[in-house]
Amino acid sequence: AKMFTQVYGDNGKMKEYHYTGPVEHRFSPYSFNGGTVLAVAGEDFAIVASDTRLSEGYSIHSRDSPKCYKLTNTTVIGCSGFHGDCLTLTKIIDARLKMYKHSNNKSMTSGAIAAMLSTILYGRRFFPYYVYNIIGGLDEEGKGAVYSFDPVGSYQRDTYKAGGSASAMLQPLLDNQIGFKNMEGVQHLPLNQEKAVQLVKDVFISAAERDVYTGDALRICIVTKEGIKEETVPLRKD
Amino acid sequence: MALSNVVETPASGFNFENVSRNVALEGLLEGGHTKAPKPMKTGTTIAGVVCKDGVVLGADTRATSGEVVADKMCAKIHYISPNMYCCGAGTAADTEKTTDLLSSNLTIFSMNSGRNPRVVMAVNILQDMLFRYRGQIGASLILGGVDCTGNHLYTVGPYGSIDKVPYLAMGSGDLAALGILEDRFKPNMELEEAKELVRDAIHSGIMSDLGSGNNIDICVITKQGVDYIRPYQESEYKDKRQRRYKYRPGTTSILTEKIVPLELEVVQETVQRMDTA
Repeated sequence: AKMFTQVYGDNGKMKEYHYTGPVEHRFSPYSFNGGTVLAVAGEDFAIVASDTRLSEGYSIHSRDSPKCYKLTNTTVIGCSGFHGDCLTLTKIIDARLKMYKHSNNKSMTSGAIAAMLSTILYGRRFFPYYVYNIIGGLDEEGKGAVYSFDPVGSYQRDTYKAGGSASAMLQPLLDNQIGFKNMEGVQHLPLNQEKAVQLVKDVFISAAERDVYTGDALRICIVTKEGIKEETVPLRKD
Repeated sequence: MALSNVVETPASGFNFENVSRNVALEGLLEGGHTKAPKPMKTGTTIAGVVCKDGVVLGADTRATSGEVVADKMCAKIHYISPNMYCCGAGTAADTEKTTDLLSSNLTIFSMNSGRNPRVVMAVNILQDMLFRYRGQIGASLILGGVDCTGNHLYTVGPYGSIDKVPYLAMGSGDLAALGILEDRFKPNMELEEAKELVRDAIHSGIMSDLGSGNNIDICVITKQGVDYIRPYQESEYKDKRQRRYKYRPGTTSILTEKIVPLELEVVQETVQRMDTA
């Protein structure tokens, strides 16, 4: 419609064609590679789960690109958004973890990693890392901890959080099933590990049904004091 | 608009009455922080193949609205006439209404003339309408049918371009499907082989393209009739959930309750006899 008013003018006669000047072609430094991440904290465990699809536009780059990265024996981070920034950010976090270990002769705790990530992200406040992070792990007392971030470093400790492309679909479901919100007369049973893993699998099946960027497979990392156990479950591939 | 074709000839030249209105609307919406509603696109894979005995059309069944799947079982193969069906890709409303309009026009024609419409007539009507709207109607269509002159497959683009082809794919998954068609298409194929080829082409579109998915519909048009198989193949992924998510009655809290009794009185009673002979 806009093109016609330029070419035809107000009275319907064709206007003189004139050159409008140099045209700016914009280059965007970001791209969205899709993916959904989810973390749940239990009494003595934490679960970080992500789908493994890497996409761009309407195409698939990879069906096997998990978004959970192991940081220490007690902490796993899930990163989704722009894959280039996810890779760089995890490399930077790994380097900082090594530096801390060499200086302080101990591994970083989950809370410390979360605080450090917040400063790393805010350091790039004016050219942000396009990454939605969620850290899941065990705190110093051995209880499950989940820390969720925004792209510029704002964070808080949660019991459960979903991030990435299907986060708006998953978060209300988790609010209902784990937080028992919007329900009356229901027993508030504490979440045990087996039920939490089942819930995470079911919730991702639903996300893959309705979100085009989520699918292929689900990678679940379960963090307990024994260590980190990984499990892979197939999802829709279409 | 369909009837105006048959009853009176439209004014000559292009009709730009709505251009200034659209520009004003866009300005209003942008300024007022409300976004224009995004039309639902089908983000599709559709394909068609001409074989020895007729035409085989295929389509996936996913309709997307941005990145969300709006419909998992939408029907993209539309009825035009007893011997013609049309697959549509692009904006869902546009493909549905355009094919409906075409179907009505052809029904009126066949009642007027007593003849079955030919595929080339349907294509000309489509092309005429889409060109008149200068691409504003976002419908990419694959029209296939069998008439007295043979088996035909045409494609009509949103700007009004047409192409007569032996095999074709359209939609966001068209390149994936075209790869399969280019590899295995042969002229004068048997019906079963053509059905498998179209199924494989749509399947490749479903796996490679995020805008296509779920099930595959196939429509086989021959001189003897039409076989609309929906779904030809269901997606092999079965979502088996591990827990049951059922809510007891009373889970949603009732905050207030107000009962308004409707008092009715009989004002008039009439008895009408039905002729059941």
